[in-house]
Amino acid sequence: MNLTLKIWRQKNADTKGKVVTYQVSDISEDMSFLEMMDVLNEQLIDKGDEPVAFDHDCREGICGSCSLQINGEPHGPDRGVATCQLHMRKFKDGDTITIEPFRAKAFPLIKDLVVDRSSFDRIQQAGGYVSVNTSGNTIDANSIPVDKESADMSFYAATCIGCGACVAACKNASAMLFTSAKVSQFALLPQGEVEADRRVLQMVEQMDKEGFGNCTNTGACEIECPKGISLENIARMNREYLKASVK
Amino acid sequence: MAKSALLKSSLAKKYWMAFTGLFLCLFLIGHLLGNLQLLIPVSEGARDQFNEYALFMATNPAVKILSYLTYISILFHAIDGIWLTITNRRARPQGYVSFKPSTNTIWASRNMGVLGTIILAFIAVHLYQFWGQLKFGSLDDSLYTTANDQEVTDLYTLTIQTFQDPQYGLIWAIIYGFSMLAIGFHLYHGFSSGFQSLGVNHPKYNGFIRKLGYAFAILVPLAFAVIPFYIYFILEKI
Amino acid sequence: MGIFESNTPKGPLAEKWTNHKNAIDLVNPANKRNIDVIVVGTGLAGGSAAATLAELGYNVKTFCYQDSPRRAHSIAAQGGINAAKNYQGDGDSIYRLFYDTVKGGDYRSRESNVYRLAQVSGNIIDQCVAQGVPFAREYGGLLDNRSFGGVLVSRTFYAKGQTGQQLLLGAYSAMNRQINRGKIKAYNRHEMLDIVKVDGKARGIIARNLVTGELERHSAHAVVVASGGYGNVFFLSTNAMGSNVTASWKIHKKGAYFANPCFTQIHPTCIPVSGDHQSKLTLMSESLRNDGRIWVPKKKEDAEAIRAGKKKPTELSEEERDYYLERRYPAFGNLVPRDVASRAAKERCDAGFGVNKTGEAVYLDFSSAIMRYGKEAATTQKIDNPSDARIKQLGKQVVEAKYGNLFQMYEKIVDQNPYETPMMIYPAVHYTMGGVWVDYNLQTTIPGCYAIGEANFSDHGANRLGASALMQGLADGYFVLPYTIGDYLSNDIRTGAIPTDSAEFDAAETEVRERLEKLVNNKGTKSVDHFHKILGKIMWNKVGMARNATGLKEAITEIKELREEFWKEVKVPGNTMEMNAELEKAGRVADFLELGELFAKDALHREESCGGHFREEYQTEEGEAMRDDENFMYVAAWEYTGNPADAILHKEDLDYENIQVKTRSYK
Repeated sequence: MNLTLKIWRQKNADTKGKVVTYQVSDISEDMSFLEMMDVLNEQLIDKGDEPVAFDHDCREGICGSCSLQINGEPHGPDRGVATCQLHMRKFKDGDTITIEPFRAKAFPLIKDLVVDRSSFDRIQQAGGYVSVNTSGNTIDANSIPVDKESADMSFYAATCIGCGACVAACKNASAMLFTSAKVSQFALLPQGEVEADRRVLQMVEQMDKEGFGNCTNTGACEIECPKGISLENIARMNREYLKASVK
Repeated sequence: MAKSALLKSSLAKKYWMAFTGLFLCLFLIGHLLGNLQLLIPVSEGARDQFNEYALFMATNPAVKILSYLTYISILFHAIDGIWLTITNRRARPQGYVSFKPSTNTIWASRNMGVLGTIILAFIAVHLYQFWGQLKFGSLDDSLYTTANDQEVTDLYTLTIQTFQDPQYGLIWAIIYGFSMLAIGFHLYHGFSSGFQSLGVNHPKYNGFIRKLGYAFAILVPLAFAVIPFYIYFILEKI
Repeated sequence: MGIFESNTPKGPLAEKWTNHKNAIDLVNPANKRNIDVIVVGTGLAGGSAAATLAELGYNVKTFCYQDSPRRAHSIAAQGGINAAKNYQGDGDSIYRLFYDTVKGGDYRSRESNVYRLAQVSGNIIDQCVAQGVPFAREYGGLLDNRSFGGVLVSRTFYAKGQTGQQLLLGAYSAMNRQINRGKIKAYNRHEMLDIVKVDGKARGIIARNLVTGELERHSAHAVVVASGGYGNVFFLSTNAMGSNVTASWKIHKKGAYFANPCFTQIHPTCIPVSGDHQSKLTLMSESLRNDGRIWVPKKKEDAEAIRAGKKKPTELSEEERDYYLERRYPAFGNLVPRDVASRAAKERCDAGFGVNKTGEAVYLDFSSAIMRYGKEAATTQKIDNPSDARIKQLGKQVVEAKYGNLFQMYEKIVDQNPYETPMMIYPAVHYTMGGVWVDYNLQTTIPGCYAIGEANFSDHGANRLGASALMQGLADGYFVLPYTIGDYLSNDIRTGAIPTDSAEFDAAETEVRERLEKLVNNKGTKSVDHFHKILGKIMWNKVGMARNATGLKEAITEIKELREEFWKEVKVPGNTMEMNAELEKAGRVADFLELGELFAKDALHREESCGGHFREEYQTEEGEAMRDDENFMYVAAWEYTGNPADAILHKEDLDYENIQVKTRSYK
């Protein structure tokens, strides 16, 4: 199929960017979206132009590097996938596709479609861990039984790939789904419960410092999340935080 | 830290928004029950009942506390909302060229600020029109003498006359109806959202809360909106 | 030049590690504060090592090319992690895990290292659970296990099909705790481009800031390379797009021996290639072989009809299907080790029984598992006389709970529903057992330079068993390196900070800068990917699943020519002082073009078939691998002398004192 691409180009953080239109042809519908981008870049290199910079790595939907806003939605029109798992069969011959970086104050742009998501790292550094030393001298793994339901819910929260689609989709650029997934993962397990109060207070404080917007429960994040992280996590974080603040 | 957390953090603002919002939902029920008395066929009795009720609402100390809480809630809710809108705008200084929130959110949830502003404007008008008259009214011609011989504004007559006014009555009814539509949409998102903000989210009960919210968002504003039209079209003229 | 001596401790196998730990020098906590350690790579090995070293008190700097340590490719590991916990009471033990690993590796690994790995495996699980890694659990609240290829017990701990993700997030959270304490400084979007040696010792690195393009000098008392494997030399592999050999190759060129490069794992269950546009391959976890049955049609006509789209796999009756693994290896069936399963698939497809358009795919079928689980569920739910449809529905629910994310991933890529029609799979390059040679302390032949995780060669011999990579990465990082490195660093307590303004740093930086500038100023006509794809084809066709002397010799010449053409014709747009993905790729491919040649050279010299290395000349009449223990029971460690072709072979003989060396049989 043949496509028209409208892509945000910006040399670096200090220059102004703009949308540039490109044409690509002979795109197979079995291609992944990023393979289509490879075709475009190959074309640009041949012409002596600069290829489009975009983050990507594992290309199987787990590393969370890829982060494109495609036709107004993070990771494009498909559900439950990261950009790298989006396939061209979701598009039609002749389509125009707008490709932009994830936009948020807390995700400053680096180049073209690449943004800096280190704010996510800092939120986790603020408390997204259990304070145990990695000495290996801990108690036997089976000495703390964890009910299956909690373990499963913790796992589902922990499947977050940290891509930032929740922020990108949110009209407020809020990072609550991400932060709450991290908070929930630990809050649901006995190992993490010990320092749950400190954790939630510190992580929320850091989240606020980073300049993310506030949550207004629109639910866009849950729908666009490639891993389907549930809004339940945000509610849990709200609870955890309330509990921790009144203590 | 815990103290400032309940005042300054983003989550605290959610709690206050939810708490005041849900409190205002309760207020709506109370207010609606009072207003439904306006549907009683015109008579001395109807007039007495409504005016006595209005007086009770204005003078009873418990109700007074509640009403102050309501004013504060409205104020807080509105200020919080304005603050939210401003900070949330700042969180994305460079917008998207193409942004399709309609694919992942409902209209109401994206327009709470606009809806809230309409509602706030309505509240101002509404208060000026009735509550203001009751408090500072100078309408000498429509006074009501209460059971214990107090002279107060005849709120009943004032209300009925407003909506039966041959020139403006229908316009008022339409303005009220439109505002109730705004409240309806506001509640459509706000009701269940309030529960979510306060951490009430459980797969077992979510369906119920959401349905309750939708029912509330439709029925309560509808009942409010019916009243002015009923007065204009159906109620006996006074 | 460094020391080529395995440093295996004396004494009985089971006591070696304990004795060694008791005997090695330690650094006291106050002195650790004066010692800096660089860790390159933040996957399971690097991340866990960085966290533990920082906890111990060292000042750690981590480097990763990704924008966050959490994105290292360990995150993509699916199936699970082995540990000799024997929670299932099925006869597992440290010895059995050790035995399985050595046997699975076709007797080409170092006994002492593998035993240590098995010894610390249990600790890994304890540690990860304490960190809050949400492993799968049973209803009673205890940890669940599954079984993996090449073993007869259930010892694999897992978190659905995302075990690597959960473990890496665990290591990353331990890192975060240390970053928060200021003990780790994380340099993300940084790539190590050379090691700096001072007086023969590793004393720092030159790294490129991938955002600004600036070259940075970082000094330390020791350098740990944990940069993963080199599977991307094949262009198409299950590795991440950025996975590369650069860090390992740079230290190799500065004196670290490179061991067994030809030992590469071709994973049997990947999604087949769909066309020329393909940029990478996706793995379907080996855990699927627990429940999936692998087959091709018995009759060639059926295979042809399926390829032409005239027949559907579901239309073939049981009698018309050839469950070739169950047929050839009745004892292990679908759970034979990866190398065996991969070769068997290739054999069937080469014989004309492949089932997709390209003829390079076999079926992985869940229909019998669905019915089996469905019946089980019907019984536990007390459903009398359930209909087939009901059983199928119940069975699907069970399968979804176990492998849901994998099935979804498959459907997204292939656009077919694997609950209804069998999956198509084909082998793909997945893991490299070979790597930087290290001694028992995980030190390379450069003093002060260590290699851990997939980057080293140590534990898997010629073939790695499923769910052992995660185990090795974390064992190295959490429990081995942090101790053994003390032995070396104890001599550095008075050294003080290493200055970066020395002649050695100047020279290393100049060398790196010149190379980068050469690449951007080359103004050739062909893109980096052009060369990478050709290299990949050479590797896959001639140094892939089946190798022979003629092909390997051709490969060596072709790779050499390709490398020369690369340096003449490559075109890298942009400049060095900016974010430049093409430049990053160019540097990596340039290194692959050197490694590829050594890889083929190693494969040519090893005149036997063992594990992932299959030489067509050395096979039995039934097509099974023929090992030559007499002549090749050694680790081939190559020393760089200026050209891959001239690399000098050093042999580390392997002694098996505690295991009887046998022909590997899974029949």
